[in-house]
Amino acid sequence: MKLIIALIQPYKLTDVKKALYEAEVHKMTVTNVLGCGQQKGYTETYRGVDQEVNLLKKIRLDIAVNEEFVEPTIEAIIKGSRTGQIGDGKIFVVDLPECIRIRTGERSNEAIG
Amino acid sequence: MENISMETLKMGIDTVWVLMAAFLVFFMQAGFGMVEAGFIRAKNTCNILTKNFLDFCMASLGFFLFGYAIMFGTGNGFMGTSGWFLKGAESGADIPLFAFWLFQAAFCGAAATIVAGGMAERMKFPAYLIYSFIISSLIYPIVGHWVWGGGWLSKIGFADFAGSTVVHSVGGSAALIGTIILKPRLGKYGPDGKPNMILGHNIPLASLGVFILWFGWFGFNPGSTLAVDDGELIGRVAMNTNLAAAAGGVAAMVTVWAWFGKPDLSVAMNGALAGLVAITAPCAFVDPIPAILIGLVGGVLVVVGVVLLDKFRVDDPVGAVPVHGLNGIWGTAAIGLFGQKTLGLEHNGLLYGGGFSQLGIQLLGAGATVAFILISMGIVFKVVDMTLGLRVDRDEELKGLDIVEHGMESYAGFQVFTTE
Repeated sequence: MKLIIALIQPYKLTDVKKALYEAEVHKMTVTNVLGCGQQKGYTETYRGVDQEVNLLKKIRLDIAVNEEFVEPTIEAIIKGSRTGQIGDGKIFVVDLPECIRIRTGERSNEAIG
Repeated sequence: MENISMETLKMGIDTVWVLMAAFLVFFMQAGFGMVEAGFIRAKNTCNILTKNFLDFCMASLGFFLFGYAIMFGTGNGFMGTSGWFLKGAESGADIPLFAFWLFQAAFCGAAATIVAGGMAERMKFPAYLIYSFIISSLIYPIVGHWVWGGGWLSKIGFADFAGSTVVHSVGGSAALIGTIILKPRLGKYGPDGKPNMILGHNIPLASLGVFILWFGWFGFNPGSTLAVDDGELIGRVAMNTNLAAAAGGVAAMVTVWAWFGKPDLSVAMNGALAGLVAITAPCAFVDPIPAILIGLVGGVLVVVGVVLLDKFRVDDPVGAVPVHGLNGIWGTAAIGLFGQKTLGLEHNGLLYGGGFSQLGIQLLGAGATVAFILISMGIVFKVVDMTLGLRVDRDEELKGLDIVEHGMESYAGFQVFTTE
């Protein structure tokens, strides 16, 4: 089992969700985060003064998947979020030793389901 | 103390009255701003407030340079052609020109800003500025001329005391044709046509806005008497205004509660606004109980209007069309039902033994206005669409107009949960 962590552009979330849906991945957790990577930051204006903003708003997706879903999920995320520009984001794949469904007590692969 | 004539004193009192009313109507801009901001998403809030703000600036200037001349200048039955830049212009009431101008200019601003709500969250800012200038300098004044400036509608006995047609159906119809041309927001309607909820981000702001509008309406309607006299008329208009608003709010809440299961505050508030719009035309010509009935019907109409719009996949983010367009027409027609000759109409309304004459005139005027607006503003929007472009592109709409058009955030430092 793997936990896939994806950091994407907020305005791409709609497209990513759609792509995941098409790949039969429906379960996910979405968080607002601030982050920086290679993206140099856009310039904001406040009362006429340009401000460089370095920590940018991103969306973090946490998706727990069984092995056979790892590649399809990664592909779906890329398909939904790739624009070709710096700032598209990153995907981390982390080992997931255990998963439990609270309602039923199921464990492991059935729990991810 | 020098002797002041009674005429001067009367004019002085009337001027203070109209100016105070003008200040109240001006404050309605804040009301519109808060309602519109509250009912849309946070990522577009700066944008709509900027549009609302510039609306009044544009109207103030456009109505000064051209609008007043078209609306109140001498000309023909269609439009006025004298008094450009207010040179040689005349007041439309027994008060000084400038005071009368300010009162009318505030109305102009109100009409223009209605459209911002209907076309919210996906309209290009420069396109909006062009629309705003055109409607305040040309289109609104033309309709105003027909009804209040001595134009063809006033000559056939058409009545609209404070502007259900002149202000609200003008704004509402422009919003309708605009939002149709603009097309719905991304994600508003599913592929099967089912409407999705795009929640307003700040109900407290919206509700503050509604109260500010209600407050400002006490200038909008009673101020349109343009005189204090013995106070009877302004008292009656003010009370009718309040009754209709209250009735509209209750009716809308009951309707949505019965129809959809929960008493929705945003609908109830829109119901109050609907009642206010509906009473705007008849307020001086009806008794209190008809005022309540007019408000009640307005409140129901606004809920029906919202459902109808969704049925036809017309996306109106704040309900500008059901509140202002639909109820502007209803208020205009209501004169033909409940109005009384003794209160200043040409003919008694249908329910007072006057037959269909007044009602027919009212419907003619309402219909002509709506048709004129749909066509003229339709042309304006289409031309802008073909040149500048009316709508932002997909990525811009998803990122939000605040950051894309203005480089600003409305809530910098706050976590704004946008999932669409």
